[in-house]
Amino acid sequence: MPSQASRKSETITIDPISRIEGHMRVDVVVDGGEVKDARASGTLWRGFENILVGRHPLDAARLTQRVCGVCPMIHGTASANALDAALGVADKIPPNGRIVRNILLASNYLQSHILHFFTLAALDYVDVAALADYGGPESDLKAVRAFIERKDLSPFFPRYEGDYRCDKKTNVDLVRGYLAALHVRRVCHEIISAWGGKMPHSVAVVPGGVTSEVTADKIAFTLSRLGEVRDFVEEVYIPAVYTVAGAYGDYFDIGAGCRRYLAYGTFNLDDASADPLARKRLLPSGYIGPDGRLAAASADKIAEDVAHSRYTDDCAAPPAEGKTVPAPDKAGAYSWIKAPRYDGAPAEVGPLARTLVGFAAGGAVKPQVEAALKAARLGAAKLQSVLGRHLARALECRLLAAAMADWLGQLKLGQPAAVALTIPEEARGAGLVDGPRGALGHWIEIKNKVIGRYNLVVPTTWNGSPRDKAGTPGPMEQALIGAKVKDRDNPFEVVRIIRSFDPCLACAVHMVTPAGDARRVL
Amino acid sequence: MAKVVEIPVVWLQGAACTGCVVSLLNSLSPGISRLVLRELAPGKHVSLRFLVTAMAGQGHQVMDVLRDEAAKDKGNYILVMEGSLPVGHPAFGTLGEVAGRETPISEVAANLARSAAAVVCMGTCSSFGGIPAAAPNPTGCLSMSEFMARERIATPLINIPGCPPHPDWLIGSLMAVAVYGLGPVAGMLDDLKRPTAFFGKLVHETCPRRADFDAARFAKKFGDPGCLYLLGCRGPVSYADCPTRMFNSGTNWCIGAGGPCHGCVEPDFPDRFSPLYEKIDDGRMDRFRLLQPAPAPKA
Repeated sequence: MPSQASRKSETITIDPISRIEGHMRVDVVVDGGEVKDARASGTLWRGFENILVGRHPLDAARLTQRVCGVCPMIHGTASANALDAALGVADKIPPNGRIVRNILLASNYLQSHILHFFTLAALDYVDVAALADYGGPESDLKAVRAFIERKDLSPFFPRYEGDYRCDKKTNVDLVRGYLAALHVRRVCHEIISAWGGKMPHSVAVVPGGVTSEVTADKIAFTLSRLGEVRDFVEEVYIPAVYTVAGAYGDYFDIGAGCRRYLAYGTFNLDDASADPLARKRLLPSGYIGPDGRLAAASADKIAEDVAHSRYTDDCAAPPAEGKTVPAPDKAGAYSWIKAPRYDGAPAEVGPLARTLVGFAAGGAVKPQVEAALKAARLGAAKLQSVLGRHLARALECRLLAAAMADWLGQLKLGQPAAVALTIPEEARGAGLVDGPRGALGHWIEIKNKVIGRYNLVVPTTWNGSPRDKAGTPGPMEQALIGAKVKDRDNPFEVVRIIRSFDPCLACAVHMVTPAGDARRVL
Repeated sequence: MAKVVEIPVVWLQGAACTGCVVSLLNSLSPGISRLVLRELAPGKHVSLRFLVTAMAGQGHQVMDVLRDEAAKDKGNYILVMEGSLPVGHPAFGTLGEVAGRETPISEVAANLARSAAAVVCMGTCSSFGGIPAAAPNPTGCLSMSEFMARERIATPLINIPGCPPHPDWLIGSLMAVAVYGLGPVAGMLDDLKRPTAFFGKLVHETCPRRADFDAARFAKKFGDPGCLYLLGCRGPVSYADCPTRMFNSGTNWCIGAGGPCHGCVEPDFPDRFSPLYEKIDDGRMDRFRLLQPAPAPKA
């Protein structure tokens, strides 16, 4: 039911946004077919930081993994890194411990990116209904046709209609990829399970290293499955991103956002430094400001603002001093998400930020991004877009699959993977590391041998942050403002922009109208 | 082609982390695409009506699906609940909006539970409260059975605890319902409403490191071989078939990776088992029925 763009301003509410991690909500103000205003707001609060206070420090890595079932590995890693620092072992992790941590985390990057593109995002671009008259021999695709014939179409319908642009053959290819991705992402988790016990919520990453033993059978198990994953990345995932880009090329031009990028970096390549941002990492740390220049990232420039967040005003602080006192009825607050700011401004985090930082730093990232841009005949500026984020994820998978094979060869059989630990009376530590969705910080303070204070600043806290005290919208809000909405009953543009950030928390994106405008619930 | 009977399933998420959905995606057989597309048991197909993490639609169009489901399939659908219910303040968790008012998740859950054929609690949070309900329980989280008692909802309930549960535990239970019906399945549950087929034995009973325990060969620090009893293993007081079933296509399980069992399937996880890495205080474990007398460890 397409409708014309209205001249009159109105608010479109989308609650919940599906195919993300957690609960999420959108209200867009559309005027003359263009998004004029946008606000992001979280609608679920669990109080993890408060639950951690008073507990044994070693419990933090296990409990904080449970913040997120899609990316538990990175929370376990950031928490263990914060504890490594607090317990004084950050520069004493044995090489086996560092490498197994890298393998565990890289496997979850692969799992997460494949899940995001196919299972979560693809249904915005791919028309499953194209299989209704599938006449080919493939069993899975025939099952899709039989499913459509039964006419009980959940969970693929209802959906937005009117902007599926691929031809039938291309849709069939992409649905085949969608089904294959479900298998391959499970294989990624099998690799983590071999080293980490189970997924989600593995047990192996602990302060001081990992609990699992380096054995030949684990290496063989991983190599064989990694081959399967790498073939999928090269033969299905990356081609699928190019295919979607071919049909939806205008999405290289929208959804840029704040154009400031922060990466903590990830995948330690040496055991030398105790300062996380000074370490040599496969994906480097850095900050790119509005001038486009790469600068060193500094933890001292991070602060949390709560002017429009549902916390008491004294919760605005540097993360190491952060606290979390809920104020659900606070005037002017519209989000459970705090507003972290870097050097006083919002910053986008995630695969695009890492790619731009890595590109500017000139390491392993640069040549493969250059090749990919050349293959697609794109300028580097096009990366700052909806499709740029999808492409950045796919290229990371290529890089990580290759790196994992190298790391497996560097493991030493029979050597230790962890060091012994002593819990200090009092200590502080920070774990700053990039997960699949971006820069993640855990800050711990130990008092009387228990957790005295714990604070997390997660990737979607950066990307999905509400306005700050200066009134500056967060990165996702900025990415939405200015976008054209062709059909207000099927606002594909809004959900495609939001999903390109791969939001990951029980959160809401909330875009609010100027007072008095018509309000419309979709 | 014989008529296929649809088993409508609504998957609702409260104070949750989505880990239970991801665990479901990890099912080996049936794989998730088989589960969605094909028959679960002969003549029976699971129709996944609502699952925010995976469904194509969004916003109002999927909230309409929820509203219609409670009326259209009254007494016929299964509500799978992931996450606990935050009732400390209406704004702690909301889903969708009706007439300009954001709806508390607890309200959505109550409406759906009341008209369901059965409520299946997927994971420790909905089964027992889990981490969101851990001290000091900042959002006033309740388990689904606590919440339903408060709301006087008498719908039959099955608990599938675990953080996350093994996908077989959920799919096996759904298959039992599809094949035998709800009545007989109710007779297959223990006093905590867990299917005894999956939760009938202590981890300790079938643990491959049991021989180390009996011989008092104990790991002293992370990465050591031997029984993990001194590193806090809760296998002696936790009921689940993890050691024999193993996770992620039968690849491994916690103790297999050198991590002690944290008792994630049990009520009061994590509080009753904290600190997680300290040896169990046997005196606090009185509620457990089959605690094996343990030989004194040689410290």
